[in-house]
Amino acid sequence: MKNKITGKVYVVGRDIDTDLVIPARHLNDFSPSYLAKHAMEDLDPKKYPIPFLNKDGTCEYRIIIAGKNFGCGSSREHAPIALAAAGIRAVVAPTFARIYYRNSVNGGAQIYPLESTLELGDFIQTGDEIEIDLEERKVKSPKFENSWPIRDFGPVADIIEAGGLTAYNKKRLGLVA
Amino acid sequence: MSGQTITEKILARKSDRDRVSPGEVVWARVDGLMMHDVTSDLAIDILNNDFGGRIASGLKIVVVPDHYVPNKDIKSAALYGKLKKFVAQAKAQSADIHDYMIEGGDYGVCHYMVPEKGHVREGEVWVGGDSHTCTYGALGAFSTGFGSTEAGNVLGTGQMWFRVPESMRLDVTGKMPRNVMAKDLFLRVVGDIGVDGALYQAMEWGGEAIRNMSMDERMTLTNMAIEAGAKNGIIEPDGTTFDHLFARGAILQCEGLATEDDMDSLQSDTDAQYASRIKYDASGLEPLVAKPHLPSNVVPASELKNVKIDQAYLGSCTGGKWEDFVAAAEVLKGHKAAKGVRLLVVPSTADIQRRIVREGLYDIFMDAGAIVSAPTCGACLGGYMGILDKGERCISTTNRNFRGRMGHPDSEVYLASPKTVAASAIAGYITGANK
Repeated sequence: MKNKITGKVYVVGRDIDTDLVIPARHLNDFSPSYLAKHAMEDLDPKKYPIPFLNKDGTCEYRIIIAGKNFGCGSSREHAPIALAAAGIRAVVAPTFARIYYRNSVNGGAQIYPLESTLELGDFIQTGDEIEIDLEERKVKSPKFENSWPIRDFGPVADIIEAGGLTAYNKKRLGLVA
Repeated sequence: MSGQTITEKILARKSDRDRVSPGEVVWARVDGLMMHDVTSDLAIDILNNDFGGRIASGLKIVVVPDHYVPNKDIKSAALYGKLKKFVAQAKAQSADIHDYMIEGGDYGVCHYMVPEKGHVREGEVWVGGDSHTCTYGALGAFSTGFGSTEAGNVLGTGQMWFRVPESMRLDVTGKMPRNVMAKDLFLRVVGDIGVDGALYQAMEWGGEAIRNMSMDERMTLTNMAIEAGAKNGIIEPDGTTFDHLFARGAILQCEGLATEDDMDSLQSDTDAQYASRIKYDASGLEPLVAKPHLPSNVVPASELKNVKIDQAYLGSCTGGKWEDFVAAAEVLKGHKAAKGVRLLVVPSTADIQRRIVREGLYDIFMDAGAIVSAPTCGACLGGYMGILDKGERCISTTNRNFRGRMGHPDSEVYLASPKTVAASAIAGYITGANK
């Protein structure tokens, strides 16, 4: 596990569903580079005037700050895969929908689902640069003196540490040294 | 020591424990894995690249391509082809695999096919790379949706970790009015508790109204558990469950369950602990509709008479079951869809399609001006066969009304029961069926 994640933030509200993260019309293709170019493309521009992706399909954000229940709806693992391939390293939210959370923990895409104790979107805005210290379990912004805590991974820390469920299982079952 | 819920009892037995408590993580043996065309690609790669291509013994696999079949485009055809190759690979290993590839014509939407074909038994653990895998809880199984990496790991190991969920108990009394269906009951509940109201929890249904409910209707309730954020929906097995199973050739025998006397192990204890207990009176329900863009955005259908519709959609794992079409046909019989309304009828399985033709529903639908298609998940998730244009509005028996779910991001989906969708198709605006 890397100790620190730094970069620009994209802020979204609550109940962001996986159809919004990656619309079903793109699910006929599993390649991360393709999915990345369509991540979050159906977000309502009236609510989110700053687009998540640049016109050329690249993404300048590294962290998503979200409201409650991020990733609800469909089980598509294409969602964390698309975000990770777009360059997102962590999503910070007070709660996650359980399948999205599982996919982030179990998948090999290395995109951390971090549970905050507060709605950080109340403090942080799209475009802000922040730092997440995974060891100290804190979110820090140069705009604020205080930092915000994030919860520990609890019983799934070992799976995240191993780099996903496949690597964890191979180790657990003695399939690799 | 307090009692256990049915969900806790199943997870304890499948992880070789006497009891388990909410919050702890257990590794459980998986009895059944459902695989379809959209989420299996990565799972198959993981099996072959990381687990030597060997499927775990003791695992039953049911393969049901449904999302984009018959293949809607070249990329979908490639996903289908990969699944077909996987089936051949599994058969060469003599794995316990049952496939419903579309060649031969016995195919359909996974969440109706798997229980309809008698694959799911009470007390089993089922998983699948699709969020509505929670449907099979209607048969008294622990069943939940998950991701593709997880499906690959189940293929290779036959096991999965689960955080034991807290349970929410929903007791429903009373007799439903004639124009109300299980869909309305679920919409009432998700309208009350919200799309994360049962987050990480088991939604356990019971009470007189559930006991009197058919298996098709029960499956609507467990199918939609995910729309309230739940991990699983579950109903303790009873006579209706065993009638369903016996009709499909099941015998009273599964792991740890020898006789009907042992059924206590599949009933929640009277002193089981629940995160919450909620009571509903079904007789007080009315036709309900979830407005865009969340399933919890629920209002009475009677409040939406000024909402005109372009499309009425009958189909999907939620609202494309046999009884859903019987209910819709009852309302549509002798009527025509209003001018300017597209009425789409999408049976969830080929068996249902055959019954629609044989039992006279086909003529009712065709006379109503409907387009009756072959089984597919189709437009439910914005795949094909009924995609909405910008500004169009659809009333649908499906399960989600997220932004862009059935097509253009600026289209609108209203969720309702088959009876309400049929009544709205006739009216041209949103309305419930007559009492």
